[in-house]
Amino acid sequence: MQVLVLAGGLSAERDVSLRSGRRVAEALRTARPDWQVIERDVDATLLAELAADAPDCVVPLLHGSAGEDGAVRDVLECLGLPYVGSRAAASRLAFDKPVAKTLVRRAGLATPEAVALPHATFRELGAPGVMAALERGIGFPLVVKPARGGSALGVSIVREAAELPAAMVGAFAYGDVAMLERFVDGTEVAVGVVETPDGPVALPAVEIAADGGFYDYAARYTAGTTEFHVPARLDDAVAKAAAEAALTAHETLGLRDWSRSDLIIDAEGTPWFLEVNVAPGMTETSLVPQALAAAGIDMGAQMAALVERAVARV
Amino acid sequence: MSGGSRLDPWVDAYAARARGMTASEIRALFAVASRPEVVSLAGGMPFVQALPLDALAETAARLVRERGAEVLQYGSGQGDVTLRGQILDVMAEVGITAHPDDVIVTTGSQMALDLVTRVFCDPGDVVLVEAPSYVGALGVFRAYECDIQHVAMDDEGLVPEALDEAITRVRAEGKRVKMIYTIPSFHNPAGVTQGPERRRRILEIAKREGILILEDDPYGLLGFEGAPPRAIRADDDQQVVYLGSFSKTIASGLRVGWAVAPHGVREKLVLAAESAVLCPSNYAQLTVSEYLATQPWREQVKVFRELYRERRDALLDSLEQLMPAGTTWTKPAGGFYSWVTLPEGLDAKAMLPRAISALVAYVPGTGFFVDGQGSQSLRLSYCYPDADRIREGVRRLSGVIESELEIAQTFGTGHVLRNAQGPANPAPDLL
Repeated sequence: MQVLVLAGGLSAERDVSLRSGRRVAEALRTARPDWQVIERDVDATLLAELAADAPDCVVPLLHGSAGEDGAVRDVLECLGLPYVGSRAAASRLAFDKPVAKTLVRRAGLATPEAVALPHATFRELGAPGVMAALERGIGFPLVVKPARGGSALGVSIVREAAELPAAMVGAFAYGDVAMLERFVDGTEVAVGVVETPDGPVALPAVEIAADGGFYDYAARYTAGTTEFHVPARLDDAVAKAAAEAALTAHETLGLRDWSRSDLIIDAEGTPWFLEVNVAPGMTETSLVPQALAAAGIDMGAQMAALVERAVARV
Repeated sequence: MSGGSRLDPWVDAYAARARGMTASEIRALFAVASRPEVVSLAGGMPFVQALPLDALAETAARLVRERGAEVLQYGSGQGDVTLRGQILDVMAEVGITAHPDDVIVTTGSQMALDLVTRVFCDPGDVVLVEAPSYVGALGVFRAYECDIQHVAMDDEGLVPEALDEAITRVRAEGKRVKMIYTIPSFHNPAGVTQGPERRRRILEIAKREGILILEDDPYGLLGFEGAPPRAIRADDDQQVVYLGSFSKTIASGLRVGWAVAPHGVREKLVLAAESAVLCPSNYAQLTVSEYLATQPWREQVKVFRELYRERRDALLDSLEQLMPAGTTWTKPAGGFYSWVTLPEGLDAKAMLPRAISALVAYVPGTGFFVDGQGSQSLRLSYCYPDADRIREGVRRLSGVIESELEIAQTFGTGHVLRNAQGPANPAPDLL
């Protein structure tokens, strides 16, 4: 079996993606020494190479746009290449945070009130008026984030009106649409979902306690700056609700093979859906590898099982 | 909290100075800058492709073949004596006379920076640096827990009056100033050069106040106009530790630099070097030595000068043509960099993701300060991309700045342009 792990790309999360790719490739090699596992960046020579020597399966570990918005997956589908993970159309819905939130809300999940606005709206209606309306509609504290993208890039927690303009400028640097979301105080958890022959299964929730209180880029990728509890310190009923929320998100959005939902558990034990990732980070400090370890599942064996699923689909 | 995992069992064992060593968004964005689609005006990589690579390959092969037992062995902690002699010839270009014994060869001048700081600075000692200053030096001073204080610059570099004031102010606070760190020629990142009078006054202040000057001169031979500027060290061999480098005149990958220091200092530097690395790489030193002995190195430096001058011109011409109003930049007479100041209210660090999306990279100005200054500035390097790529990079950057200005204007963060909305346009005149 020849497996191609795609990582890198041109997104702001290139570095994270490269590290995820390296780690998954290494785990696959260890789990299946008989397989040929190749790591590769995405560039203008990729398609010619795929045409000349098609792998049996592709594992897209591209984070950020093109990787998670479905674009590269669309191309893989056109080429008839099996790949691990959600199909292009589902990825597109999941990657767009406001769209994903709307869909999971319809399915009954709680998700914080949010408004997604392009820069043009602020320009046309006047930023002060729009920001005043947002303050009224959502209230402080709120979270400003790019509508698409991961790794907390461009994300700020805004506690008062004076902080809002700079936060908006920071989010718009990563994309044309910014989402403003009510800040929910509570325990931050991430729940991975993997599909098995018996259906999708939720992994143990990973509880995230960043030293500064904000799980930002530095807290995500500097070992030692965040404390994790796996499984999360939740009552059984709440842990079950979190697992169900992740499974609901996975199924509602039509995701495939694996995903990771990020949730906040409030004081009442309600899981609030924030976003879902179709190519979860797999670096040394990422969340899904910790969840797999806590569940006693070997990462390489799990990824190999997903590869076999993908190949069997064709 | 306890009972959880921090994914790093040594988290409580690190020294205090490791606290700032964290992942950053900026570094993540630079990972994209290495892709060929991106015009990187960020890194200061010398254009080593212009070297006579075949000759260097032959030199390296011959060294191993004929002098392998020496080349591949440990060497002197102070560096190869032949090379130290040759370094005197190189330094003669900037007016320095010295003895081979005054020279210590280091693993790039970066290591010399480290050694000098190690020998002179206790935690809390003040180092005066230019505003902005070389990011690699700031990293060293920070690692030795120095109190880093910036001193103002103008178009002629470090301002003597500001230096005087800084010394007075710092001493009034009961602190001890150990060094003045300066890059007098073709400054990184500011792109400016101290004139002879400016150098004389800085030296005079240092002498009067009894403070060591750490003169960092990696770009001295890469001037585009006339003879290389005369080093401060050329006029005083006791007040100055001079740092030189072959990274820009030969090859950065060889990692060969040097320091010239007064006798007592030099003795300590050698001992410090021995404890840090035992000795600099013999292989790299002898490669440089052979190159200097057998190749027309002065001609090669001329090739580099011409190449970088052409690229500097491409940068300045396209900045002139394309930059939005309110943007200013320095006009370097040598070296690798121009320092760009954005229109009021723009933040170069916040703008970087937009630039990366537009496939152009630069270094945000805050990295060249320890105190948060520089948010409105950025450094552009013209050393690596060719003239066409530079023009394309500036074209992309100007679009990025225009977009960022629009956002800043919308949100009122661009102060000057806050009320820039014009009157309503009249209806087209159909009559």
